[in-house]
Amino acid sequence: MKVSVDEAKCCGAGQCVLLAPEVFDQREDDGIVVLLDETPAEHLHDVVREAASVCPAAAIELSENA
Amino acid sequence: MSQGEQVLSYPIPSRTALEPPEEWAQLRQQCPVARVSLPSGDEATLITRYADVKQVLSDPRFTRALNADDAARISTNESGGVFNSEMATVLPQSGEGHQLWRRMISKWFTAKRMMALRPRIEAMADQLIDEMVRKGHPADLKASLGFPLPVWVICDMLGVPEADRDRFSHWSDALLNLTRFSQAEVDAAQAEFARYMAGHIAAKRAEPGDDLLSVLITDTDAAGAHMPDAGLVATGQGLLMAGHETTANMIGKMVAMLLADRGRWEQLLANPALVRTAVEEALRLDANPGFGMPRYITEEVEVAGTVLPRGTTVVCSMASANRDETVFDHAEDMDLGRSPNPHLAFGAGAHSCLGQALARTELQVVLEVLLRRLPTLELAVPADELRRVEGLVVGGLREVPVRW
Repeated sequence: MKVSVDEAKCCGAGQCVLLAPEVFDQREDDGIVVLLDETPAEHLHDVVREAASVCPAAAIELSENA
Repeated sequence: MSQGEQVLSYPIPSRTALEPPEEWAQLRQQCPVARVSLPSGDEATLITRYADVKQVLSDPRFTRALNADDAARISTNESGGVFNSEMATVLPQSGEGHQLWRRMISKWFTAKRMMALRPRIEAMADQLIDEMVRKGHPADLKASLGFPLPVWVICDMLGVPEADRDRFSHWSDALLNLTRFSQAEVDAAQAEFARYMAGHIAAKRAEPGDDLLSVLITDTDAAGAHMPDAGLVATGQGLLMAGHETTANMIGKMVAMLLADRGRWEQLLANPALVRTAVEEALRLDANPGFGMPRYITEEVEVAGTVLPRGTTVVCSMASANRDETVFDHAEDMDLGRSPNPHLAFGAGAHSCLGQALARTELQVVLEVLLRRLPTLELAVPADELRRVEGLVVGGLREVPVRW
């Protein structure tokens, strides 16, 4: 799985960080998403999919066959 | 909607407090873009399907300029209540200005900050439950816990002293009214709030603390983008109004939903790890979230195959969208472990709720503390005797009577 994030779309809701703090963080000064791990380990795939699906700004893209 | 058919009155009343009106499902299936008449008498267009609500909320052509001359007025009050308040004109509503303001505020609501706030919120919840238990049951969980907790949290963030928390509760209540308070009462609350905040802001300018307003003052000054008092008052008012009544009511509704079928409460007692997904499911199934989200278009836009002319006011029913059977399996069922749960309770897109991490944290903490402190909690009245509050933009229950 390969993860990418779109900072311009991000609205700083923080859902991804609450769900998968191993993979996502937020910048201290404006709450915008920071991708910590663009190829997360397999045991995190479910929770990363959940983060992508609930992101209110649709700012998380996944490519599953990478 | 075919000609001659009656225009629906909106909001659509519901027979019981926790259940949605039957019309929602019919609208989703038969009339996803419906003409409705608002409390003011003006007409608007109601959107009820998940995909359409998400599209409208994410599309910047659907603006928040509800003060436009031909925009539908929401309420009978001249000012139109919260959606036409000064807040909506002082703060940048779109584009780069909005994004800059939002990002300056957002840093107060990051997931990490909310995690750090948890112990404080937990201590507040414990303190409020101590007091509720001391007074004995039956108790009104809304008045004892749901209502005070979020205003304590917001006052803390704004650097407002404990002694002023009750006045803040009242202002928050009055400023969000649709029909419950008279225009004179709303105006008086607005004036008192503005006067209080002017003094509070002057004090923070003179002697900045570590609260949100102080940092906003210091940061904008440092960036060479001095924030005028009106913008700071509007920020404070916005956070209070957005962060108090909504969460206060949601605490009451969440607990009522979980106790209405006590098997749910027992499921949580047996497996407290379900708290996170249970909170999301309560948010999704909230049948009484209030008005919904109004938008206004200055150009023609198509939604669900219907062309909406420029000048249309659109109302999004996120609560109906959250019960859309094409998105959620067994949409009417409360599934405490539902995952993923991409509900729209906090909106979507660039204007989705700024404080959603805070709201989630407060709801999770309240539920954890209640399960720990009052495992025998139950409703003190049958669920169908619960009554909704009237006349607020934010929906809720009048009381949540409980015993333990």
